Amino acid sequence: MTPLSPADVTTMSASALADALVAGDVSSAEATGAYLDRIAAVDGAVHAFLHVDADGALATAAEVDRRRAAGADLHPLAGVPLAVKDVVATQGLPTTAGSRLLQGWVPPYDATIVARIRAAGLPVLGKTNMDEFAMGSSTEHSAYGPTHNPWDLDRIPGGSGGGSAAAVAAFEAPLAIGTDTGGSIRQPAAITGTVGVKPTYGGVSRYGLIALASSLDQAGPVTRTVLDAALLHELIGGHDRLDSTSINAPTPAVVAAAHRADVAGMRIGVVRELGGEGYQPGVRARFDEALALLTGAGAEVVEVSCPHFEYALAAYYLILPSEASSNLARFDAMRYGLRVWPEGKPEASAEDVMLATRAAGFGDEAKRRIILGTYALSSGYYDAYYGSAQKVRTLIARDFEQAFTHADVLVSPTAPTTAFRLGEKLDDPLAMYLNDIATIPANLAGVPGISLPSGLADEDGLPAGFQALAPATHDDRLYRVGATLEALLADRWGGPLLDRAPVLTGEVLA
Amino acid sequence: MISYEEALQTFEPVIGLEVHVELGTVSKMFCGCATEFGAEPNSQVCPTCLGLPGSLPVLNGAAVESAMRIGLALGCSIAEWCRFARKNYFYPDMPKNFQTSQYDEPIAYEGAVDVEVDAGTVTVGIERAHMEEDTGKSLHVGGATGRIHGASHSLVDYNRAGIPLIEIVTKPVTGADARAPEVARAYVGQLRELLLALGVSDVRMEQGSLRCDANVSLRPRGSDVLGTRTETKNVNSLRSIERAVRHEICRQAEVLLAGERVVQETRHWHEDTGVTTSGREKSDAEDYRYFPEPDLVPVAPSREWVDRLRATLPEPPHARRARLQQAWEFSDLEMRDVVGAGALELVDKTIEAGAAPQAARKWWLTELARRARADGVELVELPITPGQVAELQALVDAGRVNDKLARQVLEGVLAGEGSPEQVVAARGLEVVSDDGALGAAVDRAIASNPDVAAKIRDGKVAAAGALIGAVMKELRGQADAGRVRELVLQRLG
Repeated sequence: MTPLSPADVTTMSASALADALVAGDVSSAEATGAYLDRIAAVDGAVHAFLHVDADGALATAAEVDRRRAAGADLHPLAGVPLAVKDVVATQGLPTTAGSRLLQGWVPPYDATIVARIRAAGLPVLGKTNMDEFAMGSSTEHSAYGPTHNPWDLDRIPGGSGGGSAAAVAAFEAPLAIGTDTGGSIRQPAAITGTVGVKPTYGGVSRYGLIALASSLDQAGPVTRTVLDAALLHELIGGHDRLDSTSINAPTPAVVAAAHRADVAGMRIGVVRELGGEGYQPGVRARFDEALALLTGAGAEVVEVSCPHFEYALAAYYLILPSEASSNLARFDAMRYGLRVWPEGKPEASAEDVMLATRAAGFGDEAKRRIILGTYALSSGYYDAYYGSAQKVRTLIARDFEQAFTHADVLVSPTAPTTAFRLGEKLDDPLAMYLNDIATIPANLAGVPGISLPSGLADEDGLPAGFQALAPATHDDRLYRVGATLEALLADRWGGPLLDRAPVLTGEVLA
Repeated sequence: MISYEEALQTFEPVIGLEVHVELGTVSKMFCGCATEFGAEPNSQVCPTCLGLPGSLPVLNGAAVESAMRIGLALGCSIAEWCRFARKNYFYPDMPKNFQTSQYDEPIAYEGAVDVEVDAGTVTVGIERAHMEEDTGKSLHVGGATGRIHGASHSLVDYNRAGIPLIEIVTKPVTGADARAPEVARAYVGQLRELLLALGVSDVRMEQGSLRCDANVSLRPRGSDVLGTRTETKNVNSLRSIERAVRHEICRQAEVLLAGERVVQETRHWHEDTGVTTSGREKSDAEDYRYFPEPDLVPVAPSREWVDRLRATLPEPPHARRARLQQAWEFSDLEMRDVVGAGALELVDKTIEAGAAPQAARKWWLTELARRARADGVELVELPITPGQVAELQALVDAGRVNDKLARQVLEGVLAGEGSPEQVVAARGLEVVSDDGALGAAVDRAIASNPDVAAKIRDGKVAAAGALIGAVMKELRGQADAGRVRELVLQRLG
């Protein structure tokens, strides 16, 4: 058989690469090298990475190859490289969360999920770009410049995890870690034609995730296939005693569910409130086709109503800023990160330095949300804002409970539109916030969600996403639906959607 | 300033006390770091107690149990379900710039303790006892006072950050009247004893493991409306609590009699000058933007757990004191001295180890108290155990050492030379009661003091002291004086 070319290696799925590593068709050092070469070739144009750790990744790869040669019992994904969103603490690797405030900060510890990734022998290629502290839907709020969508370099890759999604879409990594507070895994996945899963809240440890909103944040896989997502999900999931909100139960059988890929007899609920007006026609068309395919595969499609979802965005933009205003208070120049001395104040107090640093270090979106949250928590306003938002949150959770008595999963388009142009919504925060209208309810209720490509919108030829949501701790259902739909769509397209992405070589990169 | 008596003519004082207790848990409130006092600065820290980005808290179950035991001992109800909150404010010794604390859902609430003062008993209502984490400790360098004003820079030690604290808040104490300062002192003293008996804290005020803020307000006699209060900090001993409250009553009376208003503020107690000075103004408008801590799950202790803790509470200190006083046959004054010296446990254990009550009391309140004062330590910190004190007393009771020798044995034990028996053996301190050796010495003494011997023969028995002294001198004090006397009188009687 012909040896695998670097292009073969970087375009195959993570599970296929894992098989090739086991079969000895390619070494981890070769695969990791191929990905590093790919990053070197295209990341100048995509800017998915904030930091690339070639030495570290190659060292891990060599170690895995050595252990494999010695006959060691390795994790199924051992030797498959991956990229990590820069909001996740990585010992010895810079971690900035896309903020100037943390420029140059190198954590002295690993996030639990990173520790699990390292223990399993996955080379960490580097850290991916993101909106500052995960606040945004376009990755334009990164202090280090935007990431470009591999489908059209003039467009946004979604956010906040645009770097992870773009890295996977541009074949710069087979796997990536994302985090999802209101859609930051799922919306970029939809926008870039990739797969992203937000697990059940508490299903994956938050220890080492730089917190945006503690009650909403959840880390999850960003991949090119549903099975790859399940493999990574299984690796990072499970109880962690360092996270009090971690669920003390085994991860649902997500890999088995992805292999099963069967929806016969499943009740699929279309959420009336997540569709229709405000959704781009091409996005709706692909969504309707996906439903038809699932019906053809034996699923029963029902319509469900979640009447309180219309208040989800408003509640989210009170709860998130409130928690964020407190979580981001620690960036004060006292112990780590940026320190700005106030101009003309040689005798500045600690308070003066805190003020000057925070004024210079936070971007506009972070400031906007800190101010919103500080206001919402203030005495006299707390009940009206934070208190009311928590009540809405309870009502949304009840809507889900009710809906899940009629359906096994709920589905909708992931995002209302395909990728918009860089700069298009930067000055209109409300328009930007609306990108997450379909993804936010899952975070408020803590339920898991998946986004996978549903096809290209007719009007612009850009990827659209299909979202499925399941009851808490039933993440396996997402993979059953996702793997089924993925297979049906691949049959229809004659291959993965990403095969249709423009090739990032030559004049595109010039 | 006007006198205390004058102040009380017009006004009735109302006090309230907020006591912070550092729990003696092995690890911190939300991480596994050690809590040892006096360790090298910033050596007992980790990502969580440093508030590093991404770190998360995990609640210390032992701290929760201590909090519940304190609550139960104070007669409080224990919450069936409660949460932590974030208290948001910026300060360099606060790693996260919020303190994880309980706010409107304390673990324990609505209790009461009876406080004994000279003139009787005053009931102090307990509003709440809640859990929180301590902050780091700032050291202001370069100023004259060690305070932030005038300092050139500050150092922060985060070893203290995250140490578990219980804050115990009383209700306003309105019935104490002129005894308010005494009640304040007695309440804290009694609380301290209770915490010691519970074994939840070492309650060392001088090391800050028990910190007290005293709230004082005055109202015109006959009024039932509370006046504006001040909160006095830095009261680091029982004595200064009493002094600070008394001073604050006089100061506020003077302000009010001058037609001015008391400013609601934090005040700072100065032990050396005996006055309070204004700290920062503290208005109710100060906004900590509390909200439930999303990184922790609610605390919901089962009723079985609470019942089990209730069943294993130690005997209440006042009941125990009464019982022991009766058993030991101590006078009120003797008992108060023992309690006041912090020697109750030590005396009890010494008696348990076999010493007679009066002997045990005497050792701890005289020789050992003197030694502790000289070394500037607490009695309990002396390098001697109650068992060793009892062993020493047994040597005295057996006549094997006399009082003078016993003090030398004590020196040896405190110097780390071993148990009393070992010191006696090593230093050769045992009294000589062997008749052969003593008789020879007595004969020599008689021979060299014929005139004294003659007096004794003539019936002047009191003169025997001179011969006994001579024998003792020859045997370097290690003679059984009683036996020497008998031998002298035998020979000359």
